[in-house]
Amino acid sequence: MRSLGLALHEFRFAQKVFWRNPASVFFTALLPVLFLLIFATIFGDQHIDELGGLKVTTYYIPAIVTLAVISATMVNLAMNVTIAREAGLLKRGRGTPLPPWVFIAGRIGNAIVISAVMVVVVTLIGKLLYDAPIPWERIPAVIVTLVVGAASFCCLGLAMTVIIPSREAASAITNAITLPLYFLSGIFIPESEIPDGVLSFANHFPVRDFFQAFFSAYSPNTVGSGFEWGELAVVAIWGLAGFLIALRYFRWTPRS
Amino acid sequence: MSDSVISVRGLRKSYDELEAVRGIDLEVFPEEIFAVLGPNGAGKTTTVEILEGYRDRDAGEVSVLGVDPASPTPAWRERIGIVLQSTTLEPALSVRESLQQYAGYYREPRDVDEVIELVGLGEQAGVRARKLSGGQQRRLDVGIALVGDPDLLFLDEPTTGFDPSARRQAWEMVAGLRELGKTVLLTTHYMEEAQFLADRVAIVSAGEIVALDTPENLGDRRRLPTTITFTVASGTDLSGVGTTGRPEASGQAEDGRVAVRVSTHEPVADLNRLTAWSLEGEIELEQLEVRRPSLEDVYLELTEA
Repeated sequence: MRSLGLALHEFRFAQKVFWRNPASVFFTALLPVLFLLIFATIFGDQHIDELGGLKVTTYYIPAIVTLAVISATMVNLAMNVTIAREAGLLKRGRGTPLPPWVFIAGRIGNAIVISAVMVVVVTLIGKLLYDAPIPWERIPAVIVTLVVGAASFCCLGLAMTVIIPSREAASAITNAITLPLYFLSGIFIPESEIPDGVLSFANHFPVRDFFQAFFSAYSPNTVGSGFEWGELAVVAIWGLAGFLIALRYFRWTPRS
Repeated sequence: MSDSVISVRGLRKSYDELEAVRGIDLEVFPEEIFAVLGPNGAGKTTTVEILEGYRDRDAGEVSVLGVDPASPTPAWRERIGIVLQSTTLEPALSVRESLQQYAGYYREPRDVDEVIELVGLGEQAGVRARKLSGGQQRRLDVGIALVGDPDLLFLDEPTTGFDPSARRQAWEMVAGLRELGKTVLLTTHYMEEAQFLADRVAIVSAGEIVALDTPENLGDRRRLPTTITFTVASGTDLSGVGTTGRPEASGQAEDGRVAVRVSTHEPVADLNRLTAWSLEGEIELEQLEVRRPSLEDVYLELTEA
């Protein structure tokens, strides 16, 4: 009970720190919305024949939700936990009675809450500006997909801190990993424009699987419940691998 | 010896080829301010981080508040406060928020406003850490270590890089901890800091303690000779001075005068002889100075390899 209270205490401060950091707010909260507005403006009212005549703007809603969730979880944790580690804050935290998992839980809670806010914001913008339907009938699939995705990408973010050596390297390494995957996985460019070979390469990485799973849950053309268990399993396996790497190699002390 | 707060016997730690700590013994008693003084790389931080539970050791017995820090428990962590060598603050949180965050980790924290007053940041309570001066940030760092109301406080080089006035303020704050009944283990490479703050000082060099005593007695300071210096006109015959220590010319002074040094174990008697000789022979002494051996002399002598 006390641990739960402490996790909540830690979460409150993680929230404060997040919203006071202009870089976090811009890259995590504003940039995905900006991407959505830009893509929607460029591609206007086009339709994608390969996806049953789906409006391009409707395609971009789940794409940008995918990007926003990955930003709020994996990118956010990889950057901010590395920065906290290099500033000695993790080491200092270890010198207090605070159980180590609470420290991490507070930050994961923060990432999940921001993800949830972004899902709601992007979906509402889609509904209000581009008349993209809200998938009420597939809400269970939407929620399960987001929970599996957010949890898995949180674990991957913690695993990434293992390979990031310094504060300066944090944004370079996270961008080098995520940006190409966004392009290859159909987040920035509709997948109908991407060669099959590239897509099957992207299929090896969890960004593509998470996007496919969420796309099915969201898309108005989906028939059935929208659960994509195969893709979700791949995302979960990546997450589990990240969890094990973090558990084994996570560092609490500065590396540089 | 069972009432000691920290007890260390035969502590050793190596990193690969480097023997950072080579057999340290020390004992710190309740409500004592104990300084570990030494040059960079002497093994101070390694020693302190072993006591804080951050590092494991290769050999030796260590007890901190009755617990082996190699297996720290949350209950033990409740009783210690740590200030790391580099300042560690969340830049986006204010002084009060930072203290509130850490206060939440302890079962019986000290009142946050009381801590703010204690570290002299009353006017900066609402200011975010990134906007504080270096000295203020360090005081907040100490405040965070105090907010759990620890029995034992570790301060690793608390004033390195400070200007003299910030250092003086930090010293007064640490000296004030004595009134709270805290035991403090402090590392430093400043002699004045150890002299000003500590009840006892251990001088560490190359992983070993080379001297351990009160600042006054350190390194048999009382047994080292006092130095009397003055200048006389060049060509003055010094043979009739009659001091127990032989006067030695120690260099050229201005206006063709000669600097002279007398090393003595009877400074009062020799000073009397010297001034009597000066008055009788109408020999003018200038720049007369009497200097006890400083802690710096002792330190340099002990830590020179």
